[in-house]
Amino acid sequence: MKSTVTKKTKKVRVIPGYHLTMGITVTMLSLIVLIPLASVFVYALKLSPAEIWKLISKPTVLHAFQTSILCSLAAALINCVFGVIIAWVLVKYDFPGKRILDGCIELPFALPTAVAGITLSKLYSETGALGKPLAALGIKVSYTRLGLIIALVFIGIPFVIRAVQPVLEKLDHQYEEAAFMLGATRAQTFRRVILPEMRPAILTGFGLAFARGLGEYGSVIYISGNSAKEQTQVISYVIMQKLGYIDYASATAIALVMLILSFVLLLAVNVVQMRQASRTNIL
Amino acid sequence: MNNKSEEKKKHITKIILITISYLFIGVMLVLPLFSIIIGALKEGLGFYFEAISTEYVRSALLVTLLATVIAVAVNTFFGIVASWLLTKFSFRGKQVLATLIDIPFSISPVIVGLAFLMTFGRLGWTYPAIRAINQFFGTNIRITFALPGVVLATIFVTFPFVSREVIPILNAQGKDEEEAAALMGASGLKIFRRITLPQMKWGLIYGIILCSARALGEFGAVNALSKTRGETFTLPLEIDALYMSGTDNSITAAFAVSSILVLIAVLVLIVRNIFEYRSKNKQTER
Repeated sequence: MKSTVTKKTKKVRVIPGYHLTMGITVTMLSLIVLIPLASVFVYALKLSPAEIWKLISKPTVLHAFQTSILCSLAAALINCVFGVIIAWVLVKYDFPGKRILDGCIELPFALPTAVAGITLSKLYSETGALGKPLAALGIKVSYTRLGLIIALVFIGIPFVIRAVQPVLEKLDHQYEEAAFMLGATRAQTFRRVILPEMRPAILTGFGLAFARGLGEYGSVIYISGNSAKEQTQVISYVIMQKLGYIDYASATAIALVMLILSFVLLLAVNVVQMRQASRTNIL
Repeated sequence: MNNKSEEKKKHITKIILITISYLFIGVMLVLPLFSIIIGALKEGLGFYFEAISTEYVRSALLVTLLATVIAVAVNTFFGIVASWLLTKFSFRGKQVLATLIDIPFSISPVIVGLAFLMTFGRLGWTYPAIRAINQFFGTNIRITFALPGVVLATIFVTFPFVSREVIPILNAQGKDEEEAAALMGASGLKIFRRITLPQMKWGLIYGIILCSARALGEFGAVNALSKTRGETFTLPLEIDALYMSGTDNSITAAFAVSSILVLIAVLVLIVRNIFEYRSKNKQTER
């Protein structure tokens, strides 16, 4: 009796290769990604919670966490504002050079981070093309937190634009028309009709840009001063520094916190996306 | 009644928003690109070609190409297999598996370096085994601070690139054709070659391009695992070394080497846009 039940519930797979592809996928995933990452956790478990706390509660480490989190947050917020504007312009308007503008968005993905880093650092330094006029106004960008934020804006902008763009494209024109017919002003229409539709996409873009900013290394280490005193060290720089001193215990403890942070963020983004998917399915 | 002023307002908003977009993309994204080229050519063409043909740069180029070719080969194979698994079958834990494959996207490259140090380095749990093998065979296999570490780190950071491009395409195509072919007795390999491969062709090529671009430019993870300039340095590490030397000439040289990678990045962007254009045209044809 029992066996017939299991037979019935067992799905019939017509297409061949299930076991083979499952085996290869899981093996490669484990060897390349999961086992090395697990090694970090295993090593971290050798440390007692008190030891981990001691290692990550050093002032330099806490400051680095603060710098990374604050600057990534600021950059992600800036990116949300400009990302929505640019996505809006690219979807709703027709104008000369639109395709080229659209093509430039992914530049930060294509450009190696170290290259972006040295360029931005030079550009915003006191002798650089943008840094010079800003310095004349008394604004110092390179080697400050402001520089860090600019580098993170550069790295994060495609995440927001590419998350919002498809949602705007799918947005039914009728909503806007209906709102207009019912007498809503354009500001009201935007705030009450369009913005709620875009919110999950904006949140997704925000989460992705924020997560990327937290772990960013190549593009920020040149423009940030990496000075403990001025609190311009980012967390990935501190990990690299600890690795340089062969202080693996500290590096692992900090990495553990970062891994947990990025998993939580990834989870949050997934939840938002799943909600969005279920909502659009109902509609 | 006030339709005209409303229209005018709309027009003004449009112009303001377009201007903001142009300014933002121009200043934030395009200007840095030009400043690399200008920085690279500061000392003239002679200096430029000298800077990109030193012994160090040549070695770094070789290491970079080696790591990229291996990473692309491994990840293309993985991408095809994983997307077959994730699009042709339904099974429990599918979503979890898909999320796990995407992990490398959301992990700091520095932590990737650390992970390989913890696995294969002196404190890593495979170190006794590596040492035993080396003692037994009299070899000197090293993974961290050697080429294998650089290659492994590159594979890790580009791991999901191909599968991510292929999976949506296969999902959109459905699996009816494959099922029909299988019912008529076609072998798995034949189904793949005749039906699935042509379907995923463009996504596959695009995934490979993205994977190569990312592999060429990887910095953080490799930085943690590679310490010998001229031996295990990749191009981004060489750029870092030149830039950090701090003299005017070495900074110009750093920009000169960077310009090679910029050229590749621009090519990737152009190809990307051609692909997008193609797929959009296809959609409107239907």
